This record gives sequence, C-alpha cells and structure tokens, in this order.
Amino acid sequence: MEERLRNKCKALRDRGTFFYLAFESYGIYSYIELLMSYAFSIKSEQNGALRLSISGSMSIENLNSMIGEFKKLFHEQSPSELIVDLASVEYMDSGGALFLFEMENEAIKKSIPFNCINISQKEKSIIQLLDKNILTQPPLVPKVKDLNLIEQIGKTSLAIYDDLIDVISFHGELVVDMVYSLLHPFSVRWRYVLLYMKKVGVDGLPILGLISFLLGLIIAFMSSLQLKQFGANIYVASLVSIAMVRELGPIITAILVAGRSGSAFAAEIGTMKVNEEVDALITMGFNPMRFLAIPKVFAAMLVMPILTLFANLFAIGGGMVVGILGLNLTLYTYVQETMNALALFDITTSFIKSIVFALLIAAIGCQRGFKVRGGAEAVGNATTSAVVYALFLIIVSDSLFAIILHYID
Amino acid sequence: MDNKEKETVINVSGLGVSYGEQVILSDVSFTVFKGEILVIAGESGCGKSTLLKHMIGLHKPDTGKVTIDDIDILNADDEMMRRVRRNIGMLFQSSALIGSMTLGENVALPLYEFTALPDETIELIVKMKLAMVGLSGYENHLPSELSGGMKKRAGIARALALDPPILFFDEPSAGLDPVTSAGLDMLIKKINEGVGTTMVIVTHELQSIFAVAHRILMLDKSKKGIIGEGTPWELKEHSTNPRIIAFFNRRVINDNSKGK
Ligand SMILES: Nc1ncnc2c1ncn2[C@@H]1O[C@H](COP(=O)(O)OP(=O)(O)OP(=O)(O)O)[C@@H](O)[C@H]1O
Ligand SMILES: [Mg+2]
Repeated sequence: MEERLRNKCKALRDRGTFFYLAFESYGIYSYIELLMSYAFSIKSEQNGALRLSISGSMSIENLNSMIGEFKKLFHEQSPSELIVDLASVEYMDSGGALFLFEMENEAIKKSIPFNCINISQKEKSIIQLLDKNILTQPPLVPKVKDLNLIEQIGKTSLAIYDDLIDVISFHGELVVDMVYSLLHPFSVRWRYVLLYMKKVGVDGLPILGLISFLLGLIIAFMSSLQLKQFGANIYVASLVSIAMVRELGPIITAILVAGRSGSAFAAEIGTMKVNEEVDALITMGFNPMRFLAIPKVFAAMLVMPILTLFANLFAIGGGMVVGILGLNLTLYTYVQETMNALALFDITTSFIKSIVFALLIAAIGCQRGFKVRGGAEAVGNATTSAVVYALFLIIVSDSLFAIILHYID
Repeated sequence: MDNKEKETVINVSGLGVSYGEQVILSDVSFTVFKGEILVIAGESGCGKSTLLKHMIGLHKPDTGKVTIDDIDILNADDEMMRRVRRNIGMLFQSSALIGSMTLGENVALPLYEFTALPDETIELIVKMKLAMVGLSGYENHLPSELSGGMKKRAGIARALALDPPILFFDEPSAGLDPVTSAGLDMLIKKINEGVGTTMVIVTHELQSIFAVAHRILMLDKSKKGIIGEGTPWELKEHSTNPRIIAFFNRRVINDNSKGK
C-alpha cells in the first residue's frame, strides 16, 4: 500500500503544479495538497554576471512569487549579465515560459545580455508556443471606457430618442402586417394564435382571478369603513363595480399580461434572434413579423378583453363577499346595485381599453425581441425593458383614455 | 509509448447513459493513460459529446464509474471535485463562451478562480493564450462579434488558461480552414510534448487524427459503445469492422450493413 501511495505522489508530482501527500489513517485515504515549489540559487561570477539556477516547478501557481523574487534580486544585484540555468527544473508550463520572457525583458531594459542555458527539448517546445512580440501588442479594439456624467446623459437621451422612433415605426409596420393578415386570413398561423391564447389567457387566469378577487375585497372593505359612518353601505357595490370596470380591471389585467406574456414574447423572439433562427426564417422566405409577431399580437388582442371581463367579475365577487358577510347586504340587492351602477358604455370602454393595451403589450414584447443583438444578457435586458416599456405605455394610454372618455361621456 | 510506463489518468468502466427511453451508451469501458492523446471518433449523434460530459462529471450516468486521478468523480465531495476541476480544461462543441464577457475576460475566468495572480500577470497570460490560438488582439471583442471558428479557438484558449494536466476538446477543428486546423494540430502536439498534458479529443478529421492521435477509440451508434480501439494505423490497416473501414476510407455505408 505504501508503495502504491509513493508512486501516486510521484505521479502527481510529475504531472506538475500540485503534488499530493497521501496517507492512510483508519483505512481512509487523505490527500494533502501542497503547492510544488521552486527555488532560486544564485551565484555571482567574477565578471559581474549573475547565474540564476532555477529548480522545482516553474508553474502558473508560482509565477507571481517567481517574478516578485526575481525582480527584487535583480535590482539588488544589478549584474552585468544574466544567465539562467534550467537544468534542475522539474516542471514547466506556459507560466514558466512567461517568467523567462519577463526576465529577458528586465535584462533588455537594463541593456545587459541575457542567456538561458540547459533548456530541455520539452521546455523548448513550451517556449516556442510563446510569441514574445505579441505580448506587447495592443488589442485590436480598445476597452470600452466608462463615460462621464454628461456623456452618459447625452448617450441615454439619444438612446431614448432612437428607441421611440423604433417603437413607433415598429407599430406602424405591425399595423400594416395586421391589415395584410386580416385581408389574407389563410396566411395567419391560427394554430399558434390558439396556442398563445391559451398561454396568455387560460394559463394566466388563476393568478389574475386571485388578484382581482382580493382587490375587490380590499376596495369594498376599505370603502365600507368610511361609508358605514354615513349609513351608506349600499354604495359599496357601485363603488367596487365602477372602479373595477372603468379603471382597475383593464389596468390590472394589462399589468399581469405585461409581466407574464410581454416578457415571454421578448425572451422567445430574442433567443431566436441570438440563435440566428430569425435569419433562417427570413432565408426560407418567411416574413418574421407575420410569422412570429402577428400570432402573438392577435392572440393577446383576442384574449385580453375576456381576461378583463373575468377580472371585473372576480373583483365584484370579492366586493360581494364583504357586502354580504360584513355589511348585511343581501345577494339580490348587491347584484341589483351593481347592475344599476354600470352602464353599457363602461363595459364597452373596458373592452376597448383592454384591446389597445393588448396591442401595446404584445407589440412591445415582439419589438424588444427583434431588437436583441448579442447573447444571453441582451435577451435578459430585452425582457426587462419589454415589461417596463409596456407598463409605461399602458399608463400613458390610460391617461389619454381618461381624457377622451371625459369629453365623450 | 512504452507499455510498462503507462499510468492511468482517467478510467471509465461500465458506463451506461440514456436520455429517457433512448439508450445512448451502454457498458462503455476504457482507460486514458498519462500523457497520451486519445481521439474519440464515430458517426454524428453516436454519443461522443455525451461521453465527454460524463467523463468530467457534468452529468450522472445510469450505470458505471468514472475516475480521474483515482478520484471517483461521481461520489467525490465538493472539495475533491474542485481539485479535479482545477486539473481539467474543456472545450465544448458549441464553444460555450460567456456572451456578456469579452474574450479576454472569458480566458481570465479560470485564472481568477484558481490562482491569486495580479491583474497585470493575468492580462499577460490571456494575451499569450489568445496568441497561441491565433487570436492575438481580440481580447476586447465580445463572442457575438466573432466567427464560428474564432469562437472555437477562443474556447480552446480558455481551456488552456491554467495549463491543466488533462484537456478535453470536443471537435476543436470543426469550422476551421485546413491551414488553421493544421496549426491547431501543431499546438496540440506541442502542448502534449512540452507540458505532458493528457488529452481526450473528439474529432472526425482524418488528417488531424493521423497528425496527433496516439490511440483512437471508435464509437458506434448501433452498438452504443466502442467498436474499435488502437493506433490510427492499426485500425486503418488491420480492422475488419466494415464501419471502421468505411470511416477510414470515407466511404458511404448503406443501411443494410448497419448494426451487423
Ligand atoms: N439533452 C438531450 N436529451 C435527449 N437526447 C439527447 C440529449 N443530448 C443528446 N441526446 C441524444 O444523444 C445522442 C448523442 O448525442 P451527442 O451530442 O453525444 O452526439 P455526438 O456523437 O457528439 O454527435 P456530433 O458528432 O454530431 O456532435 C443523440 O442521438 C442525441 O439525440
Ligand atoms: Mg458532439
């Protein structure tokens, strides 16, 4: 056993860099890892030359301390010639070759002759791998430098402006392609429209239902605290329904769809872009806009109104729970009050809003996806910005709706 | 190489791998000896990349055992595994460069992880490794700004970063022109001779095989394992297996002879 361990240590040492001390205790092997070290031995010759013999391992692990030790030595001695003897080097890798090069550099700096002796065939082939001229060459492109504040502001503003142009022109293109698709219904991949309807709608319904139910519950509860003081409990029903149907229903649905599906669209198309799948589609004669974006946009536009309807219903259900359990209203009165409060106009605008939001969310998701260039990180950025931009557009367009509806109503 | 001096570095025994129902490899056993260049060849889809990934412990096989430096990598603890990982370098078939980092940063990654060298020295080593694969000057480029063959070479530079004693290359010369490919073969030979690196290389290129391989291992899809093993010349001259003959003579094999 001892024999085996000794061989093992030798073998590992031969392999370089590390050697392991193996010992057996209680029948269990333990390996202790030791950095195989190097040693310098120096001899100053009569004519002022320094003879440096290196033994042990000239490996990447030792590189740092070798360079440090050598520099110190070199400056202390300031010899008139440097002779490096590699006769007792046991292991050398490209780190060692780099060290030789560093020594030579130092010697050249002091303009003294440099000589390396006793290089074995093995070491020669490693040294040959190192091209000395290349180490001093600058990179082909400079490092991206950090910008100062003003540059950053300028760059960001320009980026926002470019982005806006991109988004607007993308929407324009999208509308053209949507019209084309409606005129040529067979060109639309309806199977995928169905698939995305399921992903955006059916799969999103549970979480949307839960959130809207709780939202209805909270609105009813908070308002009842106030309304109770005036004995106006009955208005809770209309408050919940109007708030939800006119404003919160479409908004909460849009936020959820932006987070769940807008981001997914961006990630999907972005990854396809990175993997050159979009290029492949173009080469095969497909229009990527019609092939990838249209089904998603149509699916979102078809399914969002339905989701909004559900959000409204769940919220009214939540309000109803508070009304019946907390405010002693009957089911009949609550429903009656809700029906009275809502006009057809409110429900129609709720639908229209949600269709517009769907268009914005899906379009931004696709646009961000198509804009991806680079790798995985770019896909992540696109996903984030798809959600943020969609939320921004939702708020802006909701404000516009508020103004327009104010004048129509 | 001298027979009696052979010393085992990697030992694979009874390896069986399947993806779901599909069995890819069954009962594959072989040994990689110290300082040798072992080429793994075989038709596309026969499981060469799969075999490499199992040899470095990225995936757990269904059956079998893999040891590197006598360490059972399937049951090694994190400490042991880290030691093994320090000693191996891997080039993935898809290069697997980190897309958000420049080439220089990619090559520097293992150096930062396993050594305590200062930045300037790491920068020099990075330059040196990139120069070895003919990419000097590209340290500030992003992987997405490179051609396929350049990515491959950058992947090789990263695998070489620490001068690991064991190297795994998955199709290093795929996508390279004959001249660059020959240069790469030279590099492989030089590293093998100079540093004594053990290498496991997946390649189909006959020229590369004859230039660098000490021994080749032929895998086969229908047998789900090894159908031939030996020096390139041995296999070329003496093998009677129709698939191996077809491989060396670049002949189309018709499907009837498959699986026989
Ligand atoms: N993640 C995976 N899931 C299911 N099957 C897989 C997976 N990865 C590989 N396979 C299957 O394993 C088999 C072997 O794949 P592998 O990538 O190892 O082939 P290969 O020999 O490297 O081929 P090539 O020369 O084309 O690179 C293939 O048939 C493939 O279908
Ligand atoms: Mg492969």
